[in-house]
Amino acid sequence: MTLTAANGGVLLAIGLMALVTYLTRAGGVFVMARVPIGPRVERFINAMAGSVLVAVITPMAVNGDGGARMALVATAGVMLVLRKPLPAITAGILTAALWRLVAS
Amino acid sequence: MTRADTSRPTLGHLVDGFRRMAPLSLFVIVFGLAFGVAALQQGLSAFETLLMSGLVFAGAAQFATLELWGDTIPLLPLVAITLAINARHLLMGAAFYPHLRDLPSGRRYASLILLSDANWAMAMTGETTAARLGILVGGGLALWSTWMIGTGLGVAFGSGISEPDRFGLDAIMGCFLLAMLVGDKRDLGVLLPWGAAALAALAAMAWLPPHAHVIVGALAGGVVGLLLPPPRKEAAP
Repeated sequence: MTLTAANGGVLLAIGLMALVTYLTRAGGVFVMARVPIGPRVERFINAMAGSVLVAVITPMAVNGDGGARMALVATAGVMLVLRKPLPAITAGILTAALWRLVAS
Repeated sequence: MTRADTSRPTLGHLVDGFRRMAPLSLFVIVFGLAFGVAALQQGLSAFETLLMSGLVFAGAAQFATLELWGDTIPLLPLVAITLAINARHLLMGAAFYPHLRDLPSGRRYASLILLSDANWAMAMTGETTAARLGILVGGGLALWSTWMIGTGLGVAFGSGISEPDRFGLDAIMGCFLLAMLVGDKRDLGVLLPWGAAALAALAAMAWLPPHAHVIVGALAGGVVGLLLPPPRKEAAP
């Protein structure tokens, strides 16, 4: 299935992409509204919430250079001590910048 | 702070969410700029590029499908890649459902239009249901605005700019999401599901098709959380 770009094909394809994306945004809520939420489902959802972020961040740590890795370490460290996101993120960015300055 | 925990978000909650997301949103301008430049180079018009950023509002999927836009557009790969990358929204939405439960369904599904990684992750750390909704929608508006400003700058001045270094920006997003993840967690019970999520994501990256790792990791973490003995009752979070 291909669409010719001419005659509004691009616009149609963009619309399709937007629709698919919105369905992913709404779909989880749509399903949950129809599932009885007991303590087991709640435990699953709670553990999954953080796990989504873990799974998003993992490739950044694995595929990233030393600067990206040290940035994540610095962010986690400052966050654990201060519990404030802004200093933690700043520490991460500064660490990455410094690391790349020194390493290159 | 004596604000009552009503589930009704007000305009104030939206503005508050917008302001809390504003600092990170500024970085999104550069993401958007990179996308605008790359899309023009791929042959999309300025209008089409802006339309895509505005309606789709999913940077990772937009970048990943960029090479599909040519004289003909293969719809199946377009839908499959978009679905694979954005499937994590399904899980994020499911995890956010408890905070949307009491809304009428029109407002419930409208609140999800701008759901993305950053505003969802920050919304999950909100103190009250109203604050969480304010961050999801207000923060989403902040991210959408800067994404559009960035895309606009990219298509306006794109020809003169070589593609900006997205790598440094990915690190910023990684630091932000990690800070949201660590949050104010105090119990070590999360370490097992998170460890399982990381391992499963790594395994999926090695052996499964591209983009499967987020879903696989998140589901693995959820299953481990389900199998663990329930935590002793604490004060409600």
